[in-house]
Amino acid sequence: MPLLDRLLRILLLAATMAFAPATSHSQSADEAFSRLNADSFSDTARAVEILIATAHPQAAPIIEALAQSRLLAGGGSVAIRTPAGGFIDARTGQALPAEPPGLSPVRLNNNLRRVVQAALGGLGLLNPDPQLRARAAEAVFKSRDVSLLPVVESAIAKETDGRARAALRQAQAAILVAKADAPPFDRLAAMDVLRERGDQEALATLRSLPGDASPALKEAQSRAITEIEGKLALWRAGQNLWYGLSLGSVLLLAAIGLAITFGVMGVINMAHGEMVMLGAYTTFIVQEIIRSSFPGLLEWSLAIALPAAFLVAGLVGIAIERGVIRFLYGRPLETLLATWGISLILQQAVRTAFGPTNREVGAPAFMSGAFELGGLAITWNRLWIIVFAALVFGALLAILRLTPIGLQMRAVTQNRRMASAMGIRTGRVDALTFGLGSGVAGLAGVALSQIDNVSPNLGQSYIIDSFMVVVFGGVGNLWGTLVGAMTLGIANKLLEPYAGAVLGKIALLVLIILFIQKRPRGLFALKGRAVEA
Amino acid sequence: MNTTRRVILGAALAGATFIGGYLPGAAQETIKVGILHSLSGTMAISETTLKDVMLMLIEEQNKKGGVLGKKLEAVVVDPASNWPLFAEKARELIAKEKVSAVFGCWTSVSRKSVLPVFKELNSILFYPVQYEGEESERNVFYTGAAPNQQAIPAVDYLAKEEKVQRWVLAGTDYVYPRTTNKILEAYLLAKGVAKEDILINYTPFGHSDWQTIVSDIKKFGTAGKKTAVVSTINGDANVPFYKELGNQGVKATDIPVVAFSVGEEELAGIDTKPLVGHLAAWNYFQSVKTPENEAFIKQWQAFKKDPKAVTNDPMEAHVIGFAMWVKAVEKAKSFDPDKVIDALPGIEAPNLTGGVSKMLPNHHITKPVLIGEIKADGQFDVVSKTGLVAGDAWSKELPESKDLIGDWVEKKCGNFNTKTGKCGGV
Repeated sequence: MPLLDRLLRILLLAATMAFAPATSHSQSADEAFSRLNADSFSDTARAVEILIATAHPQAAPIIEALAQSRLLAGGGSVAIRTPAGGFIDARTGQALPAEPPGLSPVRLNNNLRRVVQAALGGLGLLNPDPQLRARAAEAVFKSRDVSLLPVVESAIAKETDGRARAALRQAQAAILVAKADAPPFDRLAAMDVLRERGDQEALATLRSLPGDASPALKEAQSRAITEIEGKLALWRAGQNLWYGLSLGSVLLLAAIGLAITFGVMGVINMAHGEMVMLGAYTTFIVQEIIRSSFPGLLEWSLAIALPAAFLVAGLVGIAIERGVIRFLYGRPLETLLATWGISLILQQAVRTAFGPTNREVGAPAFMSGAFELGGLAITWNRLWIIVFAALVFGALLAILRLTPIGLQMRAVTQNRRMASAMGIRTGRVDALTFGLGSGVAGLAGVALSQIDNVSPNLGQSYIIDSFMVVVFGGVGNLWGTLVGAMTLGIANKLLEPYAGAVLGKIALLVLIILFIQKRPRGLFALKGRAVEA
Repeated sequence: MNTTRRVILGAALAGATFIGGYLPGAAQETIKVGILHSLSGTMAISETTLKDVMLMLIEEQNKKGGVLGKKLEAVVVDPASNWPLFAEKARELIAKEKVSAVFGCWTSVSRKSVLPVFKELNSILFYPVQYEGEESERNVFYTGAAPNQQAIPAVDYLAKEEKVQRWVLAGTDYVYPRTTNKILEAYLLAKGVAKEDILINYTPFGHSDWQTIVSDIKKFGTAGKKTAVVSTINGDANVPFYKELGNQGVKATDIPVVAFSVGEEELAGIDTKPLVGHLAAWNYFQSVKTPENEAFIKQWQAFKKDPKAVTNDPMEAHVIGFAMWVKAVEKAKSFDPDKVIDALPGIEAPNLTGGVSKMLPNHHITKPVLIGEIKADGQFDVVSKTGLVAGDAWSKELPESKDLIGDWVEKKCGNFNTKTGKCGGV
């Protein structure tokens, strides 16, 4: 990247003469603004270079706006759209009354984005905000540009903030370690800093060392690489466990409604996946309404969608039970075919109503992105889904154990005629049980809208897995479903790195088939008369 | 298990849905054009718009007075994403409806499934989707991209502009990604890329848990060399893949992903802000600024009555294919398949990106290759455009096909071996 090198060298220059008068550069500033108008990536890059070299007073806001596609150019003029929606003349920094006509955003490609990031990083080393200084140091760490070394070193000398200082030292180390004419002792010390950092970026830096190193240095390098690799391998095992938990929680959510309709009631409900799909579409509708009518509530749209999805899926479930399934109790094959037909009808109905393309369900800010926990990268949406799955599981357990309707449900499924003789309206309980199972599937749909397609086919991809979990865990046992989902999730994720996604899945299926041969009733089989009924 | 289920349900469904497919016949004699795209099942997401674009083109042609003084009539059938049903529906279109040409299919397996029918009943199929190549049939005209019109220029772009030295080839486990990756691997090895700098990874259809694979990609990228992902991941699996990329913070400036099956339609279901800068290679993007394209988008949005309706690459392929068919019929002065097949090679029709595509003797067309970067609004910003590239029916990168050519004008052969001088290939 010769462009980047040149730019960083200029940055260094700019840093040393940041307060030099800019008047003599007005001509080159003109060139910069005309280049921004040229609609060519190389011209834009050159313009950035000029702005920094001449220390143009507007350089920082202009480059920042460029990075965020808020820089507009056209017809010889350049303007910045402020995040608030106003407009500023880029050249003078004065506010404009309205959007100047005929402007379009200055385009970026990846090369240009890297140039802009490096420029912002270089500018950021002088920033008063320690957090921005740390981020700038990280940008320097990635670019490893030798010419920035003096700036970094002078920044370290002045630095007071602990975190920014550590980041700057790492940036210094990344540069020093690859610098052939640096004193060998400094290079060894730099290697120690990288070894302590010990993450994938440090590994990449160590691996990309030039081949000119002395034997002592080479040995230190290979020692550092082995150490980091060992550490990362441990973390990776932990990471796989985490992925397994996360997949397990998704399986649990998808299967737990089925554990009620299939596990407790014994209805083979092929339309279960479509209840999940309805929940996801309800989330979409709720979000659309909020977006158009109550934009302030957007962060809460998922919370609002939860009861709505539960109700929609639950009511559809009750309608299916009252309309079709109740005539088919005790005839599993007919139930299977009828619910299969219903699943097709629901899919095509949704396809007709919403179109065949995917719908976008936005993620609230607290569910976007990831954070690092030691060497684990944990994404927020997965974490929240695990929490949500645990809550749903707990709530369902409580309903079945602690509420009157839960008692009636258990009574009816254990001995229908006895329950009826005790005055329980079994038909009503059947409908409510099925509604509960479907409603829980609707809740799963809200969660799945965050990680999967909201399309008419959403449910299809989960139905097989759900049945697998319920059968593996043991029919009629919620705890079995929990253990089954987690076992399958973790086994799948531990197999995947070695066998690949396709073979891993096949291996898992074979294991389940063998297991079912050995224990036909699953992990936690119900004992006693209920099983024979 | 899933597949069997789809097959059975598809068959059941098709009987029910397809009754509505006919348009009322006009009083005067009309020429029928078959449209063979799935309107239900998994592929409906992609194929439904192609059916609509064909209806629009036919309507437009009728407003201009039809072809050879006759009005066109669209016959729509629904093969319901079910491969054997594609063959049945194709037979119905050709034998019962007596259509003059068929526009249809998306997946390669559906094309392979209808192929024997088109050969037996001697009709014409226009196939509008990018595919793995290694085929040239007398009855099929391929208006989508062959690998040398999409995959190889994209890899060249990454190697040249982004200085990529390490490659992850990630794909869905079926014929198109496997063949494309085989071609790409051979190409990269020939270019001097070391074997350990290529990672090939396959996932099942509809794969939704990408955590492990995305972290594998991140790990693969720590070797100190610039790394990129070449994605032939298909259909629905893309949305969770890109969501995971965004969440795990894989930025385009660090590890760019170039995709061959992700277009404007697929991005409609994702928040694209974390994906800005990732790439796609196609022969058309909606954001291309040409008068032809702007007119087409306007016409399409008016036809759909939706000011936000998006256009994509396979739609453009149908636009070109349909225009070529009309011209060939006019040149042959007949709707007879044999005459039209002979008339088609050499026919030129404008594409929507400002050039003129030409039908080649191997039944593929010339197209420009465009590389686009994803923008925050779900559209693509074109960062590179080549001149017209002629489609190769047989890949020059694979040892088993490098001597083969398709030539239906002089050699009358789809797999002519230039070494042995014999038809019948290998």
